[in-house]
Amino acid sequence: MKIIVLAKHAPDPESEISVASDGKSVSQSGLVYDINDWDRYAVEEAIRIKEDKGGEVVVVGVGTNCDDTLRKCLAMGADRAIKIPVDTSFDAYTTAEVIKEAIKDEQFDMIFAGLMSQDLNNAQVGVLLAAMLDLPVATAATELKVEDGKVIARRELEGGYLEEVELPTPCVITIQSGINEPRYVSIMGIKRAKSKEMKEVSVSPSISTLEIEKMYLPPVKKAEMIEGDPSQVAEKLIEILKERGLI
Amino acid sequence: MKVFCVAEYRFDELNPLSIELLNLANQIKGDGSSEAVVIGKDVGKYAEELAKYADKVWKVEDDSLENYTPDLYVDVLLQLIEREKPDIILVGNTAQGGEFAPYLAAKLNAPIATDVVAVDVSDGVKASRYLMQGKLMVDLKLKSTPCVLTIRQGVFKEGTEVGGEIVDAGIKPSRESKRKFVSYIEPEVGEVDIAQADIIVSVGRGIEDESNIELAEELADLLGGVVAGSRPVIDNGWLPKDRQVGISGKVVKPKLYLALGISGAFQHVMGMKDSELIIAVNKDPEAPIFGVAHYGVVADLFDVVPELIEKLKEIKGA
Repeated sequence: MKIIVLAKHAPDPESEISVASDGKSVSQSGLVYDINDWDRYAVEEAIRIKEDKGGEVVVVGVGTNCDDTLRKCLAMGADRAIKIPVDTSFDAYTTAEVIKEAIKDEQFDMIFAGLMSQDLNNAQVGVLLAAMLDLPVATAATELKVEDGKVIARRELEGGYLEEVELPTPCVITIQSGINEPRYVSIMGIKRAKSKEMKEVSVSPSISTLEIEKMYLPPVKKAEMIEGDPSQVAEKLIEILKERGLI
Repeated sequence: MKVFCVAEYRFDELNPLSIELLNLANQIKGDGSSEAVVIGKDVGKYAEELAKYADKVWKVEDDSLENYTPDLYVDVLLQLIEREKPDIILVGNTAQGGEFAPYLAAKLNAPIATDVVAVDVSDGVKASRYLMQGKLMVDLKLKSTPCVLTIRQGVFKEGTEVGGEIVDAGIKPSRESKRKFVSYIEPEVGEVDIAQADIIVSVGRGIEDESNIELAEELADLLGGVVAGSRPVIDNGWLPKDRQVGISGKVVKPKLYLALGISGAFQHVMGMKDSELIIAVNKDPEAPIFGVAHYGVVADLFDVVPELIEKLKEIKGA
């Protein structure tokens, strides 16, 4: 079983976010990067399947700065990494296209991607890639059962419902967070990762479908803010609850 | 503009988002048309509901379309789109729409924007959407038509009836689906139904560790409420799945929703925004939860909650 996993080196939305001076991009100052949270689950799922059934896990990263995330995946237990040193910015088409080119000589049974990236929240790359490769797809998987030549996936719907579907391999599956408990990187893992292959594949993107006109802070209706030290805040909250007859 | 809206239904009910798509289509169509597409085995009932808000409803019916699969949805939509040539294709940003829409776009070589909250067609097609979990917004220009937009639920609720015709599209799937539908799985039922609770103390990533759930439980007990959580808390296994508030969990409308360390991602907000009183405590002054809360406190929950517990104990003891 050979599994390709797409892993994005992405800024954490909990870090300090502001718009850059061009008014069209996110300011890099204050951003903290790490492996995209959904991709962490995808890498873990692939490694678990490999540990159970044998095979290989190949992790693919896009971007000139994605080394740390690829090394982290190798330290978790991926076998080798492919780095595509292209900054594709916002356009998921471009990202999917360069990945398609970079993996064209790889034979694989499955491609895993996180359901979405934590910074752009597009939820597109995995599905676009499936369409470009003409492969069946399932998104938001919360449980996978891999059998000979097929995968049974449970995918998340609304309201706590799940849908069970069956796909032949090769196929593309996007992974929902919570599908497993991703392992921590061990010292041994980091040591072993040093001898693992990280291959750079240069691809020039040709497609561009979107143009960013403007990036800005969303207009928000603000809550009435309660200020003071914790004791004063608690006092005021109690007053509000009393007024409403909640205590 | 000719605007297509792909309808969605499940368990015998049309998703209200399908009507919202038509509301948007009617806003932007100009001298064009709003046209719904409904796909399935026997979709007459949905077509009638849709026709109230659409200039035209295309029915695509076949036994093999009884259960949704992305393969066959894309297959029949491609046939209809190539024949009818819409300018914009609107799809709900749901578990279903979010899955087949990018696939459809790639097969059409069409630009796509997902989870869109505003559309402007005065100069080409422009779409606005959030990123960074709601902390930033971007206006995008889609460089060509046809283009595909997936639309966030709850944004385009206002609309007027149009009253259109229902037409059999005369389209059949050209192949079998590679992906097979197996079954639906019902939500697990736990001891407590948070949807019935009057007071909910809800915890997010800011609770930091499983051992701190106790703190929320103590507060909930004093208030006579229950503890719920946002996605990261459920993903980590700190609370059971039936305690999850949000689109993929439960929708709650308690008298008091106390959000502790919850950033307020859209998927969570849709599950609690109609609560009567929302109080949010978060360290991050930019957290989107403050956009939906009535009262906000920028503070570490570990400073505020123990004080609150102390004061509640005093009141109860008195």
